[in-house]
Amino acid sequence: MGRKLLLEHIDVPGIESFEVYRKNGGYRSVEKALKTMSPQNVVEEVQASGLRGRGGAGFPTGMKWSFLAKPEGVPRYLLCNADESEPGTFKDRYLMEKIPHLLVEGMIVSSYALGCNQSYIYIRGEYMWVLEIVEKAIAEAYANGFLGKNILGSGYDLDLAIAPGGGAYICGEETALIESLEGKRGNPRIKPPFPAVKGLWGCPTVVNNVESIAAVVPIVNDGGAEYAKIGIGKSTGTKLISACGNLVKPGVYEIELGMTVEEFIYSDEWCGGIANGKKIKACVPGGSSVPILPANLITKTAEGVDRLMSYEGLAEGGFATGSMLGSGGFIVFDEDQCIVRNTWNFARFYAHESCGQCSPCREGTGWMEKVLRRLENGQGHMHDIDLLAEINKKIEGNTICPLGDAAAWPVAAAIRHFREEFEWHVTHPDEAVKRNFGIASNHMPLV
Amino acid sequence: MVEVQRFIAMFPEGKQKSALMRILHLAEEEFGGWLSVPTMNYVAGLLNIQPIEVYEVATFYTMFNIEKPGKVVLEVCRTGPCMLVGSDQIIEHIENKLDIKVGQTSADGMFTLKTAECLGACGYGPMLQCGKHYHEHLTPAKVDELLDTLRKEHSEK
Repeated sequence: MGRKLLLEHIDVPGIESFEVYRKNGGYRSVEKALKTMSPQNVVEEVQASGLRGRGGAGFPTGMKWSFLAKPEGVPRYLLCNADESEPGTFKDRYLMEKIPHLLVEGMIVSSYALGCNQSYIYIRGEYMWVLEIVEKAIAEAYANGFLGKNILGSGYDLDLAIAPGGGAYICGEETALIESLEGKRGNPRIKPPFPAVKGLWGCPTVVNNVESIAAVVPIVNDGGAEYAKIGIGKSTGTKLISACGNLVKPGVYEIELGMTVEEFIYSDEWCGGIANGKKIKACVPGGSSVPILPANLITKTAEGVDRLMSYEGLAEGGFATGSMLGSGGFIVFDEDQCIVRNTWNFARFYAHESCGQCSPCREGTGWMEKVLRRLENGQGHMHDIDLLAEINKKIEGNTICPLGDAAAWPVAAAIRHFREEFEWHVTHPDEAVKRNFGIASNHMPLV
Repeated sequence: MVEVQRFIAMFPEGKQKSALMRILHLAEEEFGGWLSVPTMNYVAGLLNIQPIEVYEVATFYTMFNIEKPGKVVLEVCRTGPCMLVGSDQIIEHIENKLDIKVGQTSADGMFTLKTAECLGACGYGPMLQCGKHYHEHLTPAKVDELLDTLRKEHSEK
């Protein structure tokens, strides 16, 4: 059984309420930080923990905090990115829904560390019921003196509010989130300047993911060094993994970074293996934007070493034979699944979600979707496969934000590892359509 | 109006535009499930911003309906993980049951069927969202039951 830092009390009845959360040790980190630590001490503990951003990019959280500009007389803001929209990722929803005070507690401690007196949680609009749960937790925190003026008599003031999104994946990108929070279209901004210098309303701003902020609570409670003892190498601590697809037990799991992928997929304690007694065909280990891995590279690296659930372990081999931990959205495909169909499905997602600001992304994602759709519909040509690779090169690295890369990587990896399946769709068009029940053509006529 | 003032008060003086998204969600709920031009103009007035600033937001985010839908909007997630566990079959079942295609409204004006890109229920698919509610682990039988319940609830309104 792995150690749990975030989900330790998840099964305690009533843990979503302030009273029960408090009885189970909740808000200790706020008391400790505000009464015994300076803001700089908290930042140092987070740096010592080695915590890396849990939203997908994996940038060291303490380092990100240290970049925050601190001009006198200008407010600083902490924004929690709860715009969870990466296909395969549903962990933050689980955390907010089941144990909302953990996020509120993390926001208070983190805001204190960063010198913020006003912080916001930006929650995807579809999670309106989750928003109401977190809003209730915030109200309880105010009522019990953990938010508002002079928290616990420390002289520290903090207001915390929630803003909803409106159904745009792009708002998970930090500058798009800021634009959206300012009441505008979620168009990413050109960086630099980075939000740490010029963010919300032009003020220094830190944007952190829900899980990252929640992880600050055990880091402050137990110390950064203690947190750093968990995990492996530069992948410290625990990580929430949202497992889905053709698994016996899909769900949200908290793992100690460094366990083997094989154990995670096949052990009864975790995902319980592949559903319906089938074999695994492929896996996207970190959300839809990361490269897909074929069966032979999921549990072992190209060198035949056990692949580990860690930032480095899943990236082992680079994009040629590896992938990324990303957001922890772990999608498993059984032997019956069609890779072309799945690639088309993800391409459709990115084409739909492109904000349209950059031509390579706006045009390229739509083009990829059309080419993949015709392959899936049995109307493709052999040169379409190379055409996809060409479009990929035109998008990758040529856009303001990483959505272009996110759209390009899955397609490139699918062709890299499953080229013969794309070719089969060209050489066996009727069988391809039959295998997929003609669904692609039913729901998405060719334009 | 109390709610509107509460949303505006969440932001500093002069930054009231930040309350726009929250108010649009509220306006949609209050004004028949969609944002007409008069509704968007009204919201602009509440926030003391130009109507175009509301239009550009309302048309950018997929959650806002800028055309009048049926009484009940069903949004089926169709992205990767849900597709792996049968979302296409659920969409097809609803289409057949209501005799409509995605994007259309049933003849009685009761149901509008839409598809959505990843609703964050990947481990609990296939699923659909209806208003604030998520309906997960769907089967054709569960969909039938849900449609009956929704029809009953909304016929009385």
